[in-house]
Amino acid sequence: MSAVASPPPVTYDYDSAERGSPARRELVELIRYRDLLRQLVSRNIKVRYKRSILGVAWSVLSPLLTMVVLSLVFAALFRTTVPDYPLYLFPGLLAWSFFAQTTSIMAVDLIGGADFWKRIYVPRTAFGIASALTGLVHLGLALVPVAGLLVFYHRMPGWSLLTLPLAAANLAMFTIGVGFVVSALARYFPDVIDLYQVVLTAWLYFTPVIYPASIIGERYRRLFAVNPVSLLVDGIRAPLYDGVMSRSIGVATVVALATLATGWWVFTRSADELPYKV
Amino acid sequence: MSFPTRSDAPVIAIDAVTVRYRVPRDPALTLKEYAIRRLTRRVSFREIDALDSVSVTVGEGEALAVIGPNGAGKTTLLRLVARVLTPTSGRVRVRGRVAPILDLVGGFHPELTGRENVYLNGTLLGLTRREIDSRLTGIVAFAELDGFIDAPVRMYSSGMVARLGFAIASDVDPDVLVIDEALGVGDERFQVKCAERLDRFRERGVTLVLVSHDMHSVRRLCTRALWIDRGHTQALGATGDVVDAYLAAQRTRR
Repeated sequence: MSAVASPPPVTYDYDSAERGSPARRELVELIRYRDLLRQLVSRNIKVRYKRSILGVAWSVLSPLLTMVVLSLVFAALFRTTVPDYPLYLFPGLLAWSFFAQTTSIMAVDLIGGADFWKRIYVPRTAFGIASALTGLVHLGLALVPVAGLLVFYHRMPGWSLLTLPLAAANLAMFTIGVGFVVSALARYFPDVIDLYQVVLTAWLYFTPVIYPASIIGERYRRLFAVNPVSLLVDGIRAPLYDGVMSRSIGVATVVALATLATGWWVFTRSADELPYKV
Repeated sequence: MSFPTRSDAPVIAIDAVTVRYRVPRDPALTLKEYAIRRLTRRVSFREIDALDSVSVTVGEGEALAVIGPNGAGKTTLLRLVARVLTPTSGRVRVRGRVAPILDLVGGFHPELTGRENVYLNGTLLGLTRREIDSRLTGIVAFAELDGFIDAPVRMYSSGMVARLGFAIASDVDPDVLVIDEALGVGDERFQVKCAERLDRFRERGVTLVLVSHDMHSVRRLCTRALWIDRGHTQALGATGDVVDAYLAAQRTRR
C-alpha cells in the first residue's frame, strides 16, 4: 500500500480560498478581458451619440462652446494678466473636465454594470477603466480646436508638444486612481456621489484653470502647491499655451503613479464584497 | 492500479460554504446618517444566511439540479460557482471555463444593433473578439435573426432578444454550464432547440448545474439533485428520490 504514489494534485482554475494579492489577480484578469474593454469603450461612445444628428462632433463642439462662454465672461477680467486668454483657458478646462467627469462617471458606471457582474464573473475594474478610456477619446477630440486657436494667435508650438502624451497619461492615471477611491466609497454610501460633486466644485476654485496661478497671493502659494490637479492641468496646458514643457512633469508622474496604485489597491481589496453591497 | 485521473476529481467542489449578508436594518443608509449612528453606536445589522454550511461536489460530466422554494439560496449557490460571489466562510473550487446561461436580457443595450450586442455580450462572457468573429454566423443562425442582426435591439421582440441571449451564452464552449431558470425562452419550437443543444452539451461531457422549478426538465436533464431550503441542505442524492421528497414536502405544506 505504501508503495502507491500519491495521486497527482488536481489544479483548480478557481479557488475561493486562494489568498493571493487581489490587486495582482485583478490586473491579470483585466488583461485577459482586454477585448471587453474595447467593447465597453465602443459601446459608451456609440450610445452617447446614437440619437444625435451631429454625432461625435458634439465631443468637439460642446467643450468649445463652454470655452467660448467662459472666455466672454472672464477675458475682460484677465486681459492684462493673461494674454490670449482663450488659449490659456481651453486646454486647462479640458483637462479639468476630463478629471471631474471621469471620476464621477466611474462610480456610476460601476453601479450601472451591476446587471453584468451580479450574474457573471467580469473583472470589476473593467467598467471604471472603460469609462476613463472613453473620457480620453473625448479629450483627444476636444483638443482638436486648440490647433485652430494656436493658428489664430500666431503661436508656434515647439518640441514641448511631445510631452503631451505623457501629460495625458499622468492625468488619466491620477483620474483613474481617484475614481476608484470614489467608487469604493460610493458602493457603501450612495450619497458619496452627490457629496463628491460639492467637493469637485470647491476643487475647481482651488485649481488655476479659469484664473492664472500668478494671481494667487504669496501667503497661499504653499496651500495651492499641494493640489495635485494643478500639476496635471499644467502638464497639458504648458506645452500648448506657454510653448514649454511643464516644469513639474516629473513630480506629476510620480504623483499620478502613486494615486493609481492607491486607488487600484483600495478598490480591488474590497471588490469581493461588492455583490454583497450593491 | 490506476492513478486517479483528472476526471476522478470533482469539477466543482463546495465545502461547508456559508454566505452571510449583513443587511442594515435601515435599508437606505446614507453616509451622513451612517456617521451619526456610528458615533452614537446605533448601526444595527440583521444577518441573513443565504447559505448555511452547504457542501456538494459535482463530477465531470455530471448534471446537478438545485431545487427549493423561492428564497432558498439557489441563485446564491450558482453565483458562487460562477465566481460572482465569494463565500463568507467555506471554500469553492471550480475547474475549467464556467458559462452561465442566465436571463442576460438585461445585458443588452437597446440602442446598439444585434451584432454590436453579440460582441459586447460575448466579451462579457470572456470570449475574445476573434473568437466571436468565428462564431457570429452560427449565433445569428441559431437565434434565427438573419436580416435583423444590424437593427437596434430596441426594435426586437422580447422573444428575439431572449433567443439571441441563449444563442450567445450557449456558444462559449464551456466546461461547466450554469443555468438559472432560463429554459423557458422563446416559443415551443425554440425551446426544443434549446433542449437539444443542452443534450449535446451533456453528450460532450460538459458538467451542468441547473436551477429550476420545472421538475420535468430537472428529471430529464439531471442525475443528482440538491434540495435546499432557507440556506440549509434538505436532501442530496439521486434526482428521482430528492424530487419526490421535495414534492411530497410541498404538498404537506399546503
